[in-house]
Amino acid sequence: MQNQNPTLLITYREALKQSLREALQNDKNVFLMGEDVGRYGGAFAVSKGLLQEFGEERIMDVPLSESGFVGAGIGAAIAGMKPIIEVMTVNFSLLAMDQIVNNAATLLHMSGGQINVPIVIRLGCGIGRQLAAQHSHSWEPFYAHIPGLIVLSVGTHEDARGMLNEALKSPNPIIIFEYTSMLNMEKEVLEHPNTVDITKAKILKEGNDISIITYGTGVYKSLEAASELATMGIDAEVIDLRVLRPLDESTFLKSVSKTHRAIIVEDAWKSVSISSEISSRIMEKIFYDLDAPVQRLCGVEVPIPYPAHLEEASVPQKKDIVNAIKKMMQHD
Amino acid sequence: MEQSTTIHDKIDTKKELLFLYQMMLIRRFEEKAAEQYTKAKIRGFLHLYIGEEAVAVGIIQALNDDDTILCTYREHGQALARGIDADFIMAEMYGKQEGCSRGRGGSMHLFDVSKKFYGGNAIVASHLPIAVGMALASKKMNTNNITCCFFGEGAAAEGEFHEAMNLASLWKVPVLFVCENNLYAMGTAIKYTHSVTELEKKGAAYGIESTAVNGMNLLEIIKAANTAIEKVRKRGEPYLLVCNTYRFRAHSMFDAELYRDKKEVEEWKKKDPIPQYKDYLLQEKIITKAEIDAFEKKIETKIQKAVDFAEAGTWESSTELTKFVYSETVT
Repeated sequence: MQNQNPTLLITYREALKQSLREALQNDKNVFLMGEDVGRYGGAFAVSKGLLQEFGEERIMDVPLSESGFVGAGIGAAIAGMKPIIEVMTVNFSLLAMDQIVNNAATLLHMSGGQINVPIVIRLGCGIGRQLAAQHSHSWEPFYAHIPGLIVLSVGTHEDARGMLNEALKSPNPIIIFEYTSMLNMEKEVLEHPNTVDITKAKILKEGNDISIITYGTGVYKSLEAASELATMGIDAEVIDLRVLRPLDESTFLKSVSKTHRAIIVEDAWKSVSISSEISSRIMEKIFYDLDAPVQRLCGVEVPIPYPAHLEEASVPQKKDIVNAIKKMMQHD
Repeated sequence: MEQSTTIHDKIDTKKELLFLYQMMLIRRFEEKAAEQYTKAKIRGFLHLYIGEEAVAVGIIQALNDDDTILCTYREHGQALARGIDADFIMAEMYGKQEGCSRGRGGSMHLFDVSKKFYGGNAIVASHLPIAVGMALASKKMNTNNITCCFFGEGAAAEGEFHEAMNLASLWKVPVLFVCENNLYAMGTAIKYTHSVTELEKKGAAYGIESTAVNGMNLLEIIKAANTAIEKVRKRGEPYLLVCNTYRFRAHSMFDAELYRDKKEVEEWKKKDPIPQYKDYLLQEKIITKAEIDAFEKKIETKIQKAVDFAEAGTWESSTELTKFVYSETVT
């Protein structure tokens, strides 16, 4: 019998593009606006060809004015449209922080529930392309700090395909982190994607000895580390947080209660990070379930340097995860 | 006194009386707000519109009910001119849940979506890009609505002003930018904040038609607003209208006014738009002294009612503190 839902090999970039195309096809109020999204085809070629397919009313190139076009996206969302705003990279989103923090995140509450801002802001981000300090930021913790925002992280190809369309169904402002170092990576995905639940973390590999809690580029690295650890007889569970605000704590707390050990892996700087928050919640809620102190593997607190070897040393790699977990398991 | 009578025939008499009533209402409302502030009934920042009343009244009369309005944190006048009841504004300033923003916003954040009144925005110039986006949506959705965005001359020094002007012109969206130039960005005079103080010139850099108008004269504002709004609606393009005005009171209730001369304030008070307009109506025999007195009484009653409404209002339960951080449904 023929498989009703076969898998296909697809790049992360293609998965993102398919999700954009689907969003534009599904709702005429959806439009994509951002720097170089149209004629250039997207700085990372994610929206390549969409201008020709949907026209310039739906795929809008904008000037380099992040605060201006993010603010305009907020205005369009308030007025009933469904804008997808692409800020070329997360680094430039700092220029739009006023709009995101002071407006998108506050208007509903400040107006006593009168104003929804159903905007989706996509931010290309990540480390690993030798782009040096100003183009290698991991601002997930910044945005995850802010009540009123929903912050999603696209750590897998499946989410690259499915997250955007779920995000567009939300009445809330949503920030989506997409990882440019993964764009060319090919993975098998289902031809007809399952619905993605953007309120939940996802256990990507079950295990009994330790919980690896991660997001973004940490996801595939952690899965690879878990495979290597398996050969040493260590059975790691891998959790992709996926939604960084509001955190789905029940998934990781349940996991850690089962495995009794937790390590958190992220590229962002360690101080005041996502891992700080996860670690605190484990401590607050299930301290007595722990067999070892919670460990964190994070970005080294340095402006990310240009040379490849230094850049690589700035963020956790597979070997770091494996070594840290081996050490933790010796605590018994 | 300089009075333009050329548009006299175009305004129907009832409307002319309404404009006076609105300006007097705003003035008295603001005086009462200051009074309630000194009694600590109103807290936080309170920015009064006294002296600038003609701008809100003159501009808003030219808008349709479906047009969108965005304002700064000095927006009580616009809110009243738009027809948000004084009760709900006063209750908002008290922080009571009967307020137009459920008490969540206070003086600087008056919202009433039913009146298409989108704040009350307190980061200077931050609402300009939003106004452009709302106008963009009007264009994309093929409505005939325009967006009217009030801001001060202080905002015109912000990057967001320039980004918004560029986008509005580039996209050809129906937005009226109303710059209320009251000469001071908080306590810093325009000569210390703008390299070019004729703010209407800034529109030219973006290919936006721009005019300056005497913001102390209601009739001149009405004329300029009618022309500008007709152009915005007809062409579907932005327009910059600079209203040169003056606030008679301090920037906020915390301001000791060390930065300006009392004589300067007194000079501007001679241009007070309300007596000016009253004189005009009396001279033209559109109104009688007795009718003005009746307005005063009516306003006094209305404002006392607003205070009573706010006093009788209720505090939102702190169990509802986190309500509306996120929404489950699109409003």
